[in-house]
Amino acid sequence: MCLALPAKVLGITGETGTVELGGVEIDISLALLDDVQPGDYVVVHVGFALSKIDEAEARATLAALHAARQAAAPPPPQHRNGGEEAAG
Amino acid sequence: MKHVDAYRDPVLAKTLRAAIAEEATGRRYALMEFCGGHTHAICRYGLEDLLPPTVTMIHGPGCPVCVLPIGRLDMAIELALRPGVILATYGDMLRVPGSNGNSLLKAKAAGADIRMVYSTQAALDLTEKHPDRQVVFFAIGFETTTPPTAVALAHAKAKGLRNFTVFCNHVLTPPAIDAIMATDGTDGGIRIDGVVGPGHVSTVIGTGAYEEAADKHRRPIVISGFEPIDVLESVLRLVRQINRGEARVENGFSRAVRRDGNAKALALIDQVFGLRDSFEWRGLGAIPHSALQLTDAYADFDAERRFGLVHRTVPDHKACECGDILRGVKRPSDCKVFGNACTPDNPLGSCMVSPEGACAAFYLYGRFRDVAATA
Repeated sequence: MCLALPAKVLGITGETGTVELGGVEIDISLALLDDVQPGDYVVVHVGFALSKIDEAEARATLAALHAARQAAAPPPPQHRNGGEEAAG
Repeated sequence: MKHVDAYRDPVLAKTLRAAIAEEATGRRYALMEFCGGHTHAICRYGLEDLLPPTVTMIHGPGCPVCVLPIGRLDMAIELALRPGVILATYGDMLRVPGSNGNSLLKAKAAGADIRMVYSTQAALDLTEKHPDRQVVFFAIGFETTTPPTAVALAHAKAKGLRNFTVFCNHVLTPPAIDAIMATDGTDGGIRIDGVVGPGHVSTVIGTGAYEEAADKHRRPIVISGFEPIDVLESVLRLVRQINRGEARVENGFSRAVRRDGNAKALALIDQVFGLRDSFEWRGLGAIPHSALQLTDAYADFDAERRFGLVHRTVPDHKACECGDILRGVKRPSDCKVFGNACTPDNPLGSCMVSPEGACAAFYLYGRFRDVAATA
């Protein structure tokens, strides 16, 4: 039950959000969050969005991880993901 | 997938692995991942195999169906068998063994009206479809599943629903972490040097909720996301804190977790629920102030009050080691019935049921780790 993935908000009607979760569109409740907009990513749990993904924090976390990696060793040429996330 | 793939990067994993191996030396590091979601990730991605021999991951009790004692499940089964009742439950509970080999699934086969729901809204929908029946929502889980139950209760009260109640079994993470950290290893428990703290629970309660436990027991807690890079980075942060003699709460899942959590969800929880004096956890026993009950304002929606349910303590199956596994004292492979008499298809104990249960995660991903390759 704690297994959850970030879901992209596609549309909002009242307290109901339509999200894309692993390629599937489902309706979830946004009753527990304020200020959600289409395009945001939310953590969904048993049909409710519990938290909005903070894009700036996500970028900062990844930047720090990649900086640590580059300090440890230069990136190998076959590395696919680079320093940024794939477009969602 | 955005916010997922970047945290499964094998190059980052190798860097983190090397950093952990370099820094985790000169002592042993017993780290507990509290949450079953982390246990699942550790088993699924083989993360234990990336850690040096000095670091041991101990699987904690953060699996909702695992920690519910048999006595509480028996109450749900008894309730479901009453005429006129529809019991709405999350699917994970259906196959959990109750006493005398019973389960909700067997009760359903025997005629009980038990419906699997994915959300509390689906349970509320049943009240409209069946106005002549009593719909009881079997509420289980930690602070992640509690706000959705609170939303349903607030809605039911606002609409004055007369055929909706909640059988509340919601439990709290910080008291359980406190109970586990209080063990020094001499009293049948295991001493933990640091805790990988739950990510989704913390989206609700925030990192601040763990500061008291970290201070009191002088050991670090790092809140972690659920992808392999998240978990490895949290292990590295714990190793560093332990090496420096620090005991701070760190937020390793800052893209989703804030220090103060989700204020709206917490306010709703406060409105609907109050603390129980004590609650029995499978494996951990009775822990004071570790679970929630409906407040008096919501008494009409409390299934325990409406149906006069009484809890009895029931011992686990005598061959099942779930209790010791939930305390981190034993590993699934230490259990005699693991993988033979007890499998996900035919579980003897709750840890083998849900994918977050340590036994089920081991069975799915890790049971051949100790077997020498013959090919």
